[in-house]
Amino acid sequence: MGMTFAQKVLARAAGLDSVVPGQIVPVKPDHLLTHDNTAAIVGKIGGDLEKHGVVRKDLSVIVLDHVAPAANEKTATAHAQVREFVAKYGIENFYDVGVGVCHQVVVEKGHALPGKILVGSDSHTCSYGAVNAFSTGVDRTEAAALMLVGETWFKVPPTIKVTLTGELKPPVSAKDLILTIIGDISAGGATYQAVEFHGSVAPLTIDDRFTIANMGIEMGAKIAVFPFDEVTEAYLTSIGVDRSAYEPVWADPDAEYVRELTYDMGAIEPVVALPHKVDNVKPIGEVEGLEINQALLGTCTNGRISDLRAAAAILDGKTVAPSVRLLVLPASRDVLEEALSDGTIQKLVAAGGVLLPTGCGPCLGAHQGVLAPGERCLSTANRNFKGRMGCKDAEIYLGSPETVAASALTGKVTDPRKVA
Amino acid sequence: MRVWKYGDDINTDMLFPGKYTYTCSTAEEVKPHLLEDLDPEFAGNVQAGDIVMAGGNFGCGSSREQPVLGLKAVGIAAVVAGSFARIFYRAAINQGLVLIEAPDAVAAFKDGDEVTLDLEAGTVTVGGSEFTFPPLPPEILAIRDAGGLLNYARAKLESRGK
Ligand code: SF4
Repeated sequence: MGMTFAQKVLARAAGLDSVVPGQIVPVKPDHLLTHDNTAAIVGKIGGDLEKHGVVRKDLSVIVLDHVAPAANEKTATAHAQVREFVAKYGIENFYDVGVGVCHQVVVEKGHALPGKILVGSDSHTCSYGAVNAFSTGVDRTEAAALMLVGETWFKVPPTIKVTLTGELKPPVSAKDLILTIIGDISAGGATYQAVEFHGSVAPLTIDDRFTIANMGIEMGAKIAVFPFDEVTEAYLTSIGVDRSAYEPVWADPDAEYVRELTYDMGAIEPVVALPHKVDNVKPIGEVEGLEINQALLGTCTNGRISDLRAAAAILDGKTVAPSVRLLVLPASRDVLEEALSDGTIQKLVAAGGVLLPTGCGPCLGAHQGVLAPGERCLSTANRNFKGRMGCKDAEIYLGSPETVAASALTGKVTDPRKVA
Repeated sequence: MRVWKYGDDINTDMLFPGKYTYTCSTAEEVKPHLLEDLDPEFAGNVQAGDIVMAGGNFGCGSSREQPVLGLKAVGIAAVVAGSFARIFYRAAINQGLVLIEAPDAVAAFKDGDEVTLDLEAGTVTVGGSEFTFPPLPPEILAIRDAGGLLNYARAKLESRGK
């Protein structure tokens, strides 16, 4: 009997020939991501660190991004504590305020590689399935224990196989595809399970795959993973990672799946997730015309260069509706530099966009772009939970960069096919 | 003993709003904001020994251990739900908060029903009807028996003789 991607990665990590779903295996992850929450994590184990130190200086990847730059004395103090920890224990992979959103940074700096296992104290750690890594979220206490002992456990998940056919028809995008899938599988439909993408993935860029894998957690998935192919290899080469640095893993052709789904990408249409659940997905026609107050372009879901370019193409030479605040949040400094050098940022700003520092910005409601009661935001982020953007009496709608740009222009939810 | 009953897909923002994640970390800081955007009655009235009951996918959303810390600190005897999101589930194991996956028990519950738990026997009784739930695997029980994950990790460090 063949094995799935998750079975093969976990078997290899545990030094076993094979594993079955439900089996619990010990695992030493290749990397542990933590962000602003590093301060709280390290705070749990101060005495232990004094006594034992960290298990590996190259285990942690630490990125300050969630409230960056700091919003107040408390968050500034937490950042200072993180910098102190990094210096004291010689943490090798540290990215201070301004480098980018943690998930983008982990991939862009080559920490997430095919076949590797990464965990992070953040639910969207599942994003690295875009580059064929096994990656998933854990809580702060588990991150603290990992810093000390470098080892944890995983239950081998059963796997859902999603086969893709055809090609997306722009301005329909990867965001529309994954929202459609989540609408079908539901917010808890893949809980404790892995999701593997198969079929005609070749037309999907790494940016597209990132958007899709990023939202795996929105259907409860432990991991959401793409196969390694020429697209992955070309991307990794472009960021300076040699092919000898990693060992991709492919599911066996006769692997066993709990559920199989097929999507014709050519038939996907623009969709929007309505408040307050990500799986409350509707065709855009059902919400067209709804007035919005804020449009958010960015986050770890859709803040990459192709996202900014897609929005800029729609907004080029035009101006956003006076009733709308368009917030532009590049996912990283590398993205920002590229978007500056090719004029993308200039177009977005000229159209009325407000450029925010790279990082999480308004996504989690801690600062920057918080909503007022009764306001409505159309966002390219991954979550529309009640209160997510800092106000429980506001509404968040989720859509693609193309939909957000088109809607910013008109001031109302707008089908991007009508303005593109 | 009171049962606090909620629906499906109760997410981490409902259990503890994201806007506090970088200003409240300890159980004492967390307690006043527990379930703030879901049930404003909860934080002020919850008592030790109360039970939280909910539908499927409880705790979905962010990696956020504050709700786990908070529910444990106010003395919730158990969260009984149809199913749990996995990061929340791991966090509960790591903190020693008791989670019981018992969809039939949740479906049977009616307002005013008495709910009792027998963790040893693996049973939950709702309004006189008994439902069973599977025991935790030994690897996970070992973490709970050590008094949570950090103590478990400390024991491992000592045994490595570092
Ligand atoms: S951008 Fe939003 S979803 Fe992504 S890591 Fe930051 S807070 Fe989380």
